[in-house]
Amino acid sequence: MLASSWLIPLLPLVAFAFIVFFTNKRPKLSSYLSVGAVCGSFVLSVPVLFEVLKNPITSEFKFTWIDLQGFTIQMGILIDPLTAVMLMVVTIVSMLVHIYSIGYMAGDPRFSRYFSFLSLFTFAMLGLVLANNFFEIFIFWELVGLTSYLLIGFWFEKKVAADAGKKAFITTRTGDLGFLVGIFLLVSAAGTFNFNQIFHQIEAGSISTGILTVSAILIFAGAVGKSAQFPLHVWLPDAMEGPTPVSALIHAATMVAAGVYLVARTMTLFAASSSAGLIVAIIGAFTAFLAASIGLVQNDIKRVLAYSTISQLGYMMLALGLVGLTAGTFHLMTHAFFKALLFLGAGSVIHAMHTNDIWKMGGLFPKMKITAITFIIASLSISGIFPFSGFWSKDEIFAVAAEYHPIFLLVAIIVAFMTAFYMFRLCFVTFFGKPRDKHKFDHAHESPKVMTIPLMILAFLSIFAGWLGIPWLAKGYSSFVFFHHPHHAEPKIWLMLISTIVALSGIGLAYLIYYKGSISAEKLKEKFSFPYKLLFNKYYFDELYQAIIINPIMGFANFLFKFDLGIIDWLVNAFGNFTLFISNVKEWFDTNIVDGAVNGIAWIFKKACTGLRQIQTGYLSNYILVIFFGILLIILFKIA
Amino acid sequence: MNYRLLFPELFLFLWIIFIFVLDFFWDKEKTNYLGWFSLLGLGITIALVFGSGTGRLFGGMFLADSFSFYFKLVFLSASFLAILSSIDFVKKIEKYRGEYFGLILLSTLGMMFLCSAGELITLYIALELTTIPLFVLSAYLKKDFRSAEAGIKYVILGAISSAILIYGISIIYGLTGMTDLGLIQFSLAQQHLRFGPFGPALIFGIIFFIAGFGFKLALVPFHMWAPDVYEGAPTPITAFLSVASKGAGLAAFIRIFFVSFNVYQPDWVMIVAVLASLGMIFGNIVALLQTNIKRMLAYSSIAQIGYIMIGVVAFSWRGISALSFYVFAYLFANMGAFISAITFSNVTGSDEIEDYAGLSRSSPGLALFMAVFLLSLVGIPPLAGFVAKYYIFASAIEKGHIGIVVIAILTSVVALYYYAGVIKKMYFHKSEKEVNFSIPFSLKLALFICLLGVLIAGLFPTPFIDLATKAAQVFKYW
Repeated sequence: MLASSWLIPLLPLVAFAFIVFFTNKRPKLSSYLSVGAVCGSFVLSVPVLFEVLKNPITSEFKFTWIDLQGFTIQMGILIDPLTAVMLMVVTIVSMLVHIYSIGYMAGDPRFSRYFSFLSLFTFAMLGLVLANNFFEIFIFWELVGLTSYLLIGFWFEKKVAADAGKKAFITTRTGDLGFLVGIFLLVSAAGTFNFNQIFHQIEAGSISTGILTVSAILIFAGAVGKSAQFPLHVWLPDAMEGPTPVSALIHAATMVAAGVYLVARTMTLFAASSSAGLIVAIIGAFTAFLAASIGLVQNDIKRVLAYSTISQLGYMMLALGLVGLTAGTFHLMTHAFFKALLFLGAGSVIHAMHTNDIWKMGGLFPKMKITAITFIIASLSISGIFPFSGFWSKDEIFAVAAEYHPIFLLVAIIVAFMTAFYMFRLCFVTFFGKPRDKHKFDHAHESPKVMTIPLMILAFLSIFAGWLGIPWLAKGYSSFVFFHHPHHAEPKIWLMLISTIVALSGIGLAYLIYYKGSISAEKLKEKFSFPYKLLFNKYYFDELYQAIIINPIMGFANFLFKFDLGIIDWLVNAFGNFTLFISNVKEWFDTNIVDGAVNGIAWIFKKACTGLRQIQTGYLSNYILVIFFGILLIILFKIA
Repeated sequence: MNYRLLFPELFLFLWIIFIFVLDFFWDKEKTNYLGWFSLLGLGITIALVFGSGTGRLFGGMFLADSFSFYFKLVFLSASFLAILSSIDFVKKIEKYRGEYFGLILLSTLGMMFLCSAGELITLYIALELTTIPLFVLSAYLKKDFRSAEAGIKYVILGAISSAILIYGISIIYGLTGMTDLGLIQFSLAQQHLRFGPFGPALIFGIIFFIAGFGFKLALVPFHMWAPDVYEGAPTPITAFLSVASKGAGLAAFIRIFFVSFNVYQPDWVMIVAVLASLGMIFGNIVALLQTNIKRMLAYSSIAQIGYIMIGVVAFSWRGISALSFYVFAYLFANMGAFISAITFSNVTGSDEIEDYAGLSRSSPGLALFMAVFLLSLVGIPPLAGFVAKYYIFASAIEKGHIGIVVIAILTSVVALYYYAGVIKKMYFHKSEKEVNFSIPFSLKLALFICLLGVLIAGLFPTPFIDLATKAAQVFKYW
């Protein structure tokens, strides 16, 4: 049963190949193929989950791919509770986004291509989740990055989209360099790529702590890039230039969670090196705070959500860094559902209003009831309101943070407050109040069923998915996905109370400012003009990177270009000419020396008789002479 | 006597007679089916090879071991591809279509005996059985001036090289009084112990063997026939010559040199190393300026045999394993390249590289196939050629032969230039004339088989390397 799980990623790959080679000209068929494939993957993933639930052990299926005496690479799949959960998350969200896209992308001239990319992405993501070794995970890791690049720049006629694609690719590749070096380091110490074998060696203590720490930090660098953590977080907000369903699938629910998954998968590594773990936690906490604060003042609906994603990923990293595997992955799951819902909801709004600017929206609630209600459900969930999903998973993270050090808890609570605030700022500005752009408002309408049904399914999951992890449950999430042994933290009522109060006060503040208007946003802006500008400009990270990284590199590249033109090209040309010259000499040698000098007299004789030059027998005797002359030379060479 | 060992050869022989007889009775329209009949026969022979087991027959004259098994599979696959790619081509021949297929099969039968031969006379007869049908096939288009010329050259030079080989055999027989390969080794070693080192006679013998087989392998300086014959012969025959005929020579070469002359390895390995290096340098550099694709591939195959001989130079079981795998990878890449050229010339009637311009537009599929085969010949991952080159270089480095590997790698760079030249023509040049490509089924099938071979052996080389290693372990002398 489990052994045939390799079919799960294969289906979308087949769909991708089919669309590219056969149905490119038939958009309808392409989209059905693509949706069908991902539904198939989902159907195949369900029994995997049940199998693992019944018997929660780690199973591995592998075959030898390359065998060089002493070093083998075995490809295969690894299935454990974490994999099973990730399979469900990826296939469900991907399936819903596929369906939603049929409505959202309708009429796009590159409709088939869009679905082929989406299928390719799903293949890569599922492959990444199932990988059983570093080599395989790195391949899928890069493939995921590539599809992300393709989809961000899907509307490449827009320069911003094309630039955003490049930025995402280059920024994440920066982290991947670290990842790759980390893999090399770890593999050269362990002598194998296989996860389980490496983890066994780590637990047996046969790899030195120094190497562990360095490689863990380097591998984390990859996760920092993919999961948009500080300081490589700058690409994700720009990635919002892609189609919104893509943002929901790739840049909210799955690919950006790949970094978190990587850290979770290699938990043994981070648990073995406490300093590496601490770095993960600190970066996570810092990112969570940084991104949430930027999210407070952004005006583009998708950008707010993007910063919110970065911030929530920071949460997960924070939990994982403190070896809270259960908390981190649990939040990954609930976040995938409610964040996908938020993005798809935002997409629905954008679809209706043809703008991303929240200040051009307003009063949409009566016109788009389903979108508005589901969006608010997701907002309640992300804000951590009882009893929505987000409440339970956030609570787990708080518990982990509280156990380690109060400072982490403090940061987490502040971030929770900001989260509730900026989410309800969005809700109030978008769906309530008076319409700000009359013309756009009049044309707004609810999206078609193919878009709203996925919203409703996700809303259901945003409420109930978290119930799996209710701490009072005897056999909940924490007894399924855990590190080493189930972590049974006593449910802390006081923590739950604090988190609820904090979330409610965030919502309340947003209500006062953006709904009632009893506190003027403009006045606040003036009063805190410096922090506002700082936040609005995202702490000037883009400008900073431009000045200290991009400009010097471009300058250096310019210099190299000139160097290339002047010196390298000259050398290459010179070398080329030289080779050509040698070849000419050889040709000349072949025709004049080999065919000539060997049979010198006959050659001259033939030269004279130009009429007979074409007669082949002359050449044949040449050949025979060459053979005998060759034998003679060898004999002389041997005897002498 | 376990005659089961001989079943594949016996069956193929009977099948050949069957083909000749059918050709005699059928009228011309039906003779198209003879090609498919030949393929059926080959398929059954392959199955029989799998089922025939291992052992010795006739007091060691005929050996069936994992080495002969491996090479028989190579010859039969090459023969299969050659016939498959001929089916469309034969329609152009007025007469004697059945004999065309029969002769290919006959030559294949010779190769099967050749790699199983455990004794010099059997080996010589098998060699002749391999070569003589090829003489006829090279001249098959007798109205084509170049084909006739190719046939004549091949016959005369082949006869001379046979004479040299026979001379070598007679010297060795004179020294030892034996023809059995294993006994020759034994006798040479014994005499060496009793009377001290041999005089020049043995060296002469060994050198004549090298020259005789060097002709089959197109080793420099015994390669002179190759470009002319390759260019003139019908292209499917050229493909067959460049792969199967070479493989057969190689198999016999290894049997003799790794068994009989095993002890005298220091005497001959240097010669082979020098000839291999010359082949790589000469073949690759002359190929640079060729304008005809068949001639270019001829020079490239002169270079390729240089790479293959690196496995001999390594003189280890890993070397033989690498060389055997190389032959396997080379089989699909080179046959594939030739079959692409056949397909191209069937439509356009041209073998000039110049005419490949714009092929990526007029037939993107064919251009892609050709590009993949050429890239595999260069040794670009993830294709079979890369694994083969890597493995064979590694086997030589393991034994400390750094020099030849450096030459091989440097000349590979040169090779990239002319292979990539064709790809550049296909993809980056525009053609003036519109050509409508319709590729017959048999050629499509042949191209797909080659592509699969190149990809599978490149991505999952382990089972094939295991098979090659098993073949190599027949020679457990060191």
